[in-house]
Amino acid sequence: MSSLEYSSAAWARGGLLAMRKVPEAALGDRVVVRDHQGRQRSGQVIRTSAELVLVQIFEGTDNLDLERTWVRFLDKPFELALAPEVLGRVFNGVGQPRDGRPPIVSKLSRNVNGASINPAARAYPREFIQTGISTIDGMNTLVRGQKLPVFSGSGLPHNRLAAQIVRQAKLLHAGKTESHGDFALVFAAMGVSHSDARFFEESFEESGVLGQVATFINLADDPPIERLILPRVALTCAEYLAFDLDMHVLVVMTDMTYYAEALREIATGKGDVPARKGFPGYLYSDLAEIYERAGRIRGKAGSITLIPVVSMPSDDITHPVPDLTGYITEGQIVLSRELAAANVQPPVAVLPSLSRLMKDGIGEGMTREDHARVASQLFASYAKAQEVRSLAAIIGAEELSEEDNRYLQFAEAFENRFVSQGEREDRTIFQTLDLAWEVLSLLPKEALTRLSEKDLDARYQQAVSE
Amino acid sequence: MSGQGSILDIQGPIVVAQLPNARTGEQVKLGKLGLMGEVIAREDARAVVQVYENTEGLRPGEPATAMGEPLSVELGPGILGGIFDGLQRPLESMLEQTGERIERGLVIPAIDRAKKWPFVPQAELKVGARIGGGAILGSVQENATITHHILVPPEIAGELIDLVAAGDYTVDDVVGRVRDRQGHIHKLHLSSRWPVRLPRPFNKRDHAVQPLITGQRIMDTFFPLLKGGKGAIPGPFGAGKTVLQQQIARWSDAQIVIYVGCGERGNELTEVLDTFPQLTDPRSGRPLMERTLLVANTSNMPVVAREVSVYVGMTLAEYFRDQGFDVVMVADSTSRWAEALREVAGRLGQMPVEEGYPAYLGSTLAAFYERAGRVETLSGGHGSVTLIGAVSPPGGDFSEPVTSHTKDIIQTFWALSKDLADARHYPAVDWLESFSLFVDTAARWWHENVSEDWLQLRNKSLRLLTEAEELNRIVNLVGVEALSSQQRWTLESARLIREGLLQQSALEAKDSFCSPEKQYLLLSLMIDIYNRGAEILKLGMPVQELLRLPLLAKARRWKIAYASDELEGLKQEARDIVPLFDALRAEYASPTSQRSKSEGTES
Ligand SMILES: Nc1ncnc2c1ncn2[C@@H]1O[C@H](COP(=O)(O)OP(=O)(O)OP(=O)(O)O)[C@@H](O)[C@H]1O
Ligand SMILES: [Mg+2]
Repeated sequence: MSSLEYSSAAWARGGLLAMRKVPEAALGDRVVVRDHQGRQRSGQVIRTSAELVLVQIFEGTDNLDLERTWVRFLDKPFELALAPEVLGRVFNGVGQPRDGRPPIVSKLSRNVNGASINPAARAYPREFIQTGISTIDGMNTLVRGQKLPVFSGSGLPHNRLAAQIVRQAKLLHAGKTESHGDFALVFAAMGVSHSDARFFEESFEESGVLGQVATFINLADDPPIERLILPRVALTCAEYLAFDLDMHVLVVMTDMTYYAEALREIATGKGDVPARKGFPGYLYSDLAEIYERAGRIRGKAGSITLIPVVSMPSDDITHPVPDLTGYITEGQIVLSRELAAANVQPPVAVLPSLSRLMKDGIGEGMTREDHARVASQLFASYAKAQEVRSLAAIIGAEELSEEDNRYLQFAEAFENRFVSQGEREDRTIFQTLDLAWEVLSLLPKEALTRLSEKDLDARYQQAVSE
Repeated sequence: MSGQGSILDIQGPIVVAQLPNARTGEQVKLGKLGLMGEVIAREDARAVVQVYENTEGLRPGEPATAMGEPLSVELGPGILGGIFDGLQRPLESMLEQTGERIERGLVIPAIDRAKKWPFVPQAELKVGARIGGGAILGSVQENATITHHILVPPEIAGELIDLVAAGDYTVDDVVGRVRDRQGHIHKLHLSSRWPVRLPRPFNKRDHAVQPLITGQRIMDTFFPLLKGGKGAIPGPFGAGKTVLQQQIARWSDAQIVIYVGCGERGNELTEVLDTFPQLTDPRSGRPLMERTLLVANTSNMPVVAREVSVYVGMTLAEYFRDQGFDVVMVADSTSRWAEALREVAGRLGQMPVEEGYPAYLGSTLAAFYERAGRVETLSGGHGSVTLIGAVSPPGGDFSEPVTSHTKDIIQTFWALSKDLADARHYPAVDWLESFSLFVDTAARWWHENVSEDWLQLRNKSLRLLTEAEELNRIVNLVGVEALSSQQRWTLESARLIREGLLQQSALEAKDSFCSPEKQYLLLSLMIDIYNRGAEILKLGMPVQELLRLPLLAKARRWKIAYASDELEGLKQEARDIVPLFDALRAEYASPTSQRSKSEGTES
């Protein structure tokens, strides 16, 4: 097929443009649309037959005059040009410059959909990343190549948490921290406000990493359909940095809920059968195509660590977007409105949070020998303390037993000293673990059954408990 | 016969092609890339094809070829220890051929064609004998653990007209020939093919009689599953479905394990591939990988192949069952398979009934789970397929269609709870929501092999847990002081059972696997402590003092202090309890303790 222009538009609505009589358009082909004002929009074929070709238009279908719309099929899939110069640049959702500088020119370009990684080719992620944040390092450890989302709600400080992770993340080698090395950051923003985007930019600038960041931005007032392609474009860039240039890439993606809402919009336009809350049944697979691009590959030096931010509409963790995300990612960091209200910063709710790759990244030789047991004890004791709290709320604290009262003290100390930390406070894993012992020592020794007797002999702080 | 046609319409994984003679279920090859799919519906001269691979780049007008055969798997020596994709392509070979990304249109045979296997014909079998489908022709020692039996394909029967001598053969070499009643001659090979959607035949179904020992206390002791049974593990994300299934794959006393990763994470399969070769079977001492086979269609791989992968896994399982093995198949997660069904149904415009699922969801699930079971094989032996499916309900809501249909089908239900998982009580199996229809049958095995009072102790501990649940409700209304001493002791004992017995970390070297003997010892110890404590309370020991016994903290660590081969230590602990309580009894039974006795009695 040549790059003929077609003007056989049949209908347009909800980001979709239907074209008649376009022979042999390939599924997934990239399309350039010229409207009656001569402005260009880009799109992609999502259904094709001899009679009708359906195109999804990333800039939306508003203001299209069907009689004066010309469509060119580029006869190739959606590709992104790649070169080391992507670092330090700002692009829109389809990979065009947003910073007023010229587009990336390169012989190398890749299909943004990527191809799935053969599971037999993956290397299991196991290198501890120290974020300096106690709730993460101590209890929900992040490792290189992991996908670990932040579940948040409107008004909660997920951006500040993500920025703190970016600022402080480092590797630990034989007990010593190592600097960034071949570190790069890919920042993908979908539907975020101007002020949020500026916050991140300033934060990168301040931590001196701006030159190491490739940014892909679609703001709240940009066309929503573009959000569908943006994470794919950003991850194609990340894959290039990680697996061609051997860099350790941290990808921060915010906000996946806006991405999913754009998907729902298109799905509704296509008449797809909805599953829950109007989201199409394939939302799981679609999100998985994105998230599973994180990881490590055997024989390659680089890695992709993915931190998506997912806002939970009405703080509902069972909403399809956080729910399906949790089913795909390797854990989640959950922020809590109650803790934020109690001025605990960052307000990480540790009980619903989880890191599934923690077990292989911690312990002797990586962090500290007692790490796993300390974490397990913190979880168990804090869970018990929460029960005691709800009991105290009913019968009153004065009715509690002596032991229960100590649980209340523990919970207070845990939240105010362990969970709570300054935005600039960068704790080493050893400081985190020592702090954990400090608060655990508020509980009687007999209550700490997840620690070994050896641990208790070595580290239980008698003084604190008296 | 293969038919030629062309592509008319492409929409995601569904392609409509002009293919006048294609049959439903038939394989179709599409386009220049040669993507594979299967016909799921016919409308006049058009075939609706679901495609196993990503259809990007396909165009209307490109060729479509019907291949004449339904999707089939290849069965024979060389499949154990492997990792296959949902279409039984070996992922390691794909890696060698095309690198770390999966390319489309690859055709790679499941089994190495060149490798020679030491085949030993069945000694009693003589040329001229009449043999039927499923008969054992001979065997191949596939690895140190597994002797692979070579079966006459089920559809072939007649007179054996030759059989090779013992020697080394490839899977394509002819090792024997059979003349059927019509005089047709069938060549027999070490390998054969079978269509995945057709259950393999057997003589008859048999009763399941033996529990599957998984080494997990909450399963074996509390909610057992039999060899040949059907079980489900439903639970919200992060509750522990995958870890439990991996534990079953690691430690269960099955002879063959088929692990199907259906629409889940790539790293989880990598983990199995990384760790299993280093792990040994606690019974045979051999590397676990020798008895394991992985089918992997991860969540980023195409959706239709996800639907197929569970059938591929099941057919492999049945094939080993037919050789007389006890096979366990774990499928993680059946919800992803059901969602693939839903997606295809939606694209076909079929009427959705609940949450977008088609009306045939329940019957499709039921028919699939029915392929599990213990059977008398065609050759007269016994084999079983135990099927354990993970279910991933959206929002953790068990009333959703896949969970509720599955619950009606299976016999053992291990319900995972978010609250337990959040408190890091693993395995997060909720003892009130879970059930097993097999407790009585399992009890027979425990009574014969471990101890006569197993059922009684198991039921006692479940009763304590249920009572504690009631008491907790009271405590949450009016506080613990409202309870009697005995009730407080019940609460404490239930906690002890939860922490010392039910909780079992997969990561704890000494406790990841727990032998039936150790399970029983721990169970009886916990009940013993409860009984003795209750007795001392009656004598007037204040409950606060009983709760302060260091024994209680110690008992919670027994499970990790003694591995399954260090039970002498555990037995010593059991003996040590006796003098401890005897001393207490002596103290409170004697008249000098009157004072503390009256103090200790509560309202
Ligand atoms: N038996 C166990 N022992 C120790 N840790 C466990 C156990 N079960 C679960 N966990 C912990 O919980 C985490 C999540 O478990 P798992 O991956 O099995 O959840 P899942 O139910 O399969 O979730 P998903 O539906 O998202 O796949 C594990 O990574 C591990 O940290
Ligand atoms: Mg899982």
